[in-house]
Order: sequence, then C-alpha cells, then structure tokens
Amino acid sequence: MGPLLQVRDLKTYFYTEAAVVKAVDGISYELKEGETLGLVGESGCGKSVSALSLLRLIPHPPGRIVGGTVLFEGKDLLKMAEDEIQDIRGNRIAMIFQEPMTSLNPVLTIGLQIGEALELHRSLARKEAREEVMRLLKTVGIPDAESRIDDYPHQFSGGMRQRVMIAMALSCNPKLLIADEPTTAVDVTIQAQLLEIIKELTSRLGTAVILITHNLGVVARYVNRMAVMYAGRIVESGPAFEVYGHPRHPYTIGLLASVPRLDQPRKERLVPIHGQPPDLTRLPAGCSFFPRCSYRVEICSQERPALKPVGSDHYAACFADMAESR
Amino acid sequence: MTDNILIEAKKLTMYFPVTKGIVRQRKVAEIKAVDGVNFFIRQGETLGLVGESGCGKTTLGRCLTRLIHPTSGEVSFEGVKLGEIREEQLRSLRQKMQFIFQDPFDSLDPRMTAAEIVAEPLRVHTRMKAKELKDKIAELLQVVGLDSSMANRYPHEFSGGQRQRLGIARALSIRPKFIVCDEPISALDVSIQAQIINLLEDLQKEFDLTYLFIAHDLSVVRHISHRVAVMYLGKIVEIARRDDLYRFAKHPYTIALLSAVPIPDPRVEATRDRIILKGEIPSPIALPSGCNFHPRCPHCIPLCKREVPPLRQIEQDHWAACHLV
Repeated sequence: MGPLLQVRDLKTYFYTEAAVVKAVDGISYELKEGETLGLVGESGCGKSVSALSLLRLIPHPPGRIVGGTVLFEGKDLLKMAEDEIQDIRGNRIAMIFQEPMTSLNPVLTIGLQIGEALELHRSLARKEAREEVMRLLKTVGIPDAESRIDDYPHQFSGGMRQRVMIAMALSCNPKLLIADEPTTAVDVTIQAQLLEIIKELTSRLGTAVILITHNLGVVARYVNRMAVMYAGRIVESGPAFEVYGHPRHPYTIGLLASVPRLDQPRKERLVPIHGQPPDLTRLPAGCSFFPRCSYRVEICSQERPALKPVGSDHYAACFADMAESR
Repeated sequence: MTDNILIEAKKLTMYFPVTKGIVRQRKVAEIKAVDGVNFFIRQGETLGLVGESGCGKTTLGRCLTRLIHPTSGEVSFEGVKLGEIREEQLRSLRQKMQFIFQDPFDSLDPRMTAAEIVAEPLRVHTRMKAKELKDKIAELLQVVGLDSSMANRYPHEFSGGQRQRLGIARALSIRPKFIVCDEPISALDVSIQAQIINLLEDLQKEFDLTYLFIAHDLSVVRHISHRVAVMYLGKIVEIARRDDLYRFAKHPYTIALLSAVPIPDPRVEATRDRIILKGEIPSPIALPSGCNFHPRCPHCIPLCKREVPPLRQIEQDHWAACHLV
C-alpha cells in the first residue's frame, strides 16, 4: 500500500511589492497511514505555509503555490477542482490552529459550529448532529457537555476552546489531522492535557497527524518521524529517535544543544546558534544556513546542498559529513 | 552574590476591582492578582518566578517596582519603604529599577530610532550633553552585542532578538541595580533564546545586577536562577534554592509543573511518566475555598478544602505552602 500523503517538491511563493518571498522552496515528504510526523522549525521557516498549501488555503494574491504535487490517497490535491477539495477539507483532512479564538466563529454556539461540519460532510440531520456533538464534547473531556453545547466560544477558556477545536477536527473521522502549533497559546499543564487527548483520539481513529511546532520537547514525546525546516526547506528528516540521537545537520545539532534540559545537570553556559534568523527576501546563495554555521566549508556559500541519505530512513542536506566532523 | 537583601516584599497584595455599570460603577467582585506575598531578593541574585498565565507574576513585578500601587503590603528597596516616600524620591529610586518586557515589538516606540530609544531614560534622569550621550549610546549598543552603526535604524529594521537586545540596552542605560525581566525570551526563536540568556548572565556579572526573572519555561528558569519561586493564583506556593526546588520539589503543583515539561529526547520521553493535572486553572475572581490548588490536586484531603495552607519553612531556604508536607 502506498503512503497516505506524498508531497513532492512543493513550492509556495509570496509575491510582495518588494520581493518574492520563497516561503516554501521545494519540500518533499511522505506520511504513512496512522503515522505522526513532526514539522519543526522557527517562526518564518515555512512550516505553517507548507501545511496550508496542502489544503490550498494560501491567500492569493500575494501567495501562490508555484510547483510540486501533493498526492493524498493517490490524488493530487493541487490539481483538484474546487468542489472536490472542498469535500476533503475538514472531512478527510482536518486542521487545528494555534489560536482557537480566531478560528471559531464568535456568534455561533459551539453546538452549531461542530454540527455544521457533521451536517455538511456526514449528511446528518440537525438532531442527530446535536447528539453526535454531545458525544464528541464528552470524548475531548469537556465537563458538563449538556449545558456547554449551547455556549458561545467566548464563554470557554483557552484550553477548553482548543478542546472544542479538536472535537470539531475529529468529528468527521479524518484520515489526516494537521495540528499547527496546537498548544503554543496555552499553559504547560494544559498543553500536556491537550496533547494527550490528540494522541489518544488519533491513535484510536487511526488518523495520521502532522504536528507543527517549534517546541523540541513536544516533538520528542509525540511523533514517530520528524522533519526540520530552515528558510523554506527541509534540512533534516528521519525517525525522531534517529534525529534526536544522531542529528546530522548543523542546524539541528545547534538547536538541540541550545535548549537547557531539565533531565540533565545544569550547564554553566548555554551554547547558542550564532547570528540572526534568515531574511527570506535576502537569502544567501548556496546553503541558507551557512552564515550561521560553525562547520561551513567553501562550497557551502556557492552551492545548495540537497537532502541525501545519512542513515536508514534518515536524510540531511549538508555538505559537511557531520558524522565524522563531530 | 552577597547576603544583603536588595528588595523585599511583605504581605504584598494587589486586588483589582471588577465593576458593573457605566455611569455609576459598582464594585461587584475582586480579582486577587497578588494575595499576601512575602519574599526577598539578595543583591546580585536572580530569583526565578514561574507560574501559568494569569497567576499574577507580571502584576507582582509591577507592584514591586511600584508601577502600580499595591492594595496593601509593603516593598522595601535597599531598606527604604517605597510606600512611605514622596513621588520625587520614588522617581529617583526608579533609576535603580528597570524593566525588560516580553514583547520586543510592542515595547519599543516604532517612531523612535534605536539611539533615541536607548537615550530616553538618560534624557529623563540625567543631564548628559549631546556628545556624551552619543558615546554612551554607542557603548551601550556594543555592550548588548549590537553594532553602533545600527543606531539610526528604527525598530522594524531589527529582528526579534536584536530588538530584545535594544530593550536590554535601554534598561541598562541608567545603571540600574535591579531589573524585572518579564518573560524576556518567550517571544523569541529557540535559536536566539540562548543568546539572550547568555547576554543577561554576562551583564549580571559585569554590572552586579539583581534580577527578578519571570517566565513560564521551567528549564530556562533553572538555568538562569539562583532561587526559584512558584506562583499559583496570586500566591507563592513554593520557594527554594534552584537545585533544591528542581530535585526535591515539595508542593504538588510544582511537582506536576515539572513533570509537564517535555524533555527534548524521545528516548527519555518514551519511559517517562507524567502527571497530567485534571481540570483548569480556576478564575481569580471566584477562588476555591481553602487551598487554591485543591480542586486540581491529586492528594487533596478534607483539610485542604477548609484551610489555606501557610507558606512554611521546611528546610533551610526552602518554603512550601501545603498541608501535606
């Protein structure tokens, strides 16, 4: 059986007055059924844009998907007619966003909002939909679901709103869930609750997950495979165990070294990555990371490294062989 | 670090009124943002203050520097009680207390150049001449790792990390003794956070600074702090020396908080048990009876619902507010 999702050379550019911003510049990855992929990177590296591109949710203008294919269950999402992809959004592929308040409609009750998707995609009658919503709210752990179903989003706390989003996203039993920084806006204890719910429900439904985050800890706990993005490209990918255990791209190595860890003795000094995050309108020729890289060699400023295998199912885009130089 | 206490809070309390009505405002409730907090910070020390959003960390920092006037309680700075001095005296004392804010985008005036931003406190508090001011600005920019050629740029021309450096230069300009760092790195990219932490540590050594470091990231707080205080709903529930707190946490909330921090290593995470707290943080308007934490606490006994546990000393320099320790 082929993979559930196959992204090939996806490119999304934004055409601004000043310059062309190559937010996503040729990324490829695959996702098997039921698998969880972590997409890691800092703000502006293109992780969210790449996810929005899958569902063609890029505002145009200024943005445009300029190339690549996205095969989902064998069909190219980028070539589909509008009504076909409409049928996939929220149904076969669902999304959870970072800020639940801006993704919920403030003038509709929670019951109506979740019910809408059920009526649309699963053709349930209003009454059946309401019962299903009640069941969903209970599964995501909203206490007192009977009375809360008629509440408006502003009556929920941040954590509860995100639970509502999870309920809504999973209401149509999607094959793929894209969670874009789902816990960045909530506190640590609530973050733990939400991630456990997502993990438990998606594994029960057999839903594959793309988890987008900048938090290296979250990735370590919840994903099977991961891809590290920098300046619109994937610089390293592989099984989470491999990438954390034997990182092979200088950026990944730098990121992992720069965060203090609670399970290890305190270091006298942190080891930061030097320099500033890249300006996407003024990327250097060659490797985008080379101005900040401590392992750079001559070729790095001239040529762009391609992703190449460095282990079993483990890829890195770097000219220096990090296994030897470390 | 010395044993001299630089700043001390006693029974510090800040209640915000909740009002109803437009013409005639009636007070209908109170938000107990800071509720009878006692602690001190030694000269040259970093006290980490952790807690979840809405627990009163920022309000505490503001009360401490008297940016807002506390409802009751007392703050003394170098032995001077801030509540008892006149406004002019407070103004001159303020030179010794500065703030670094979370959001380097909102805390810098977009219409001022880097040089003007850094110079503003100097203009207010000193009478430096133009030439002197210019040299000072160049020196400050260099101290925080910015190039002095950037002095005429506007905030939008800087990256997030550089903007935070600018905020730090501004805070340093009038040689303060005490800086409240209110979530100084949470808005920054991971690769930049370590740069700023290292800078804050270097500056502390160089200028003998005392920090109140407010954050919600427990691993960063462990790295930078000498002692750590944990806040929950307006109260300090545990305060101890760094290593004691992280190794021998006593309060169930601290323990849960520590266990909720994911470790960036799948091998560790695969075998680690986590305490997932039930429920949400209660609203500070309608606080629970007894211990604020009892509705979420895994070890709650009947006493916890009735009586507020006082902050008690358990060991040398280690205090916790729980009936069960």
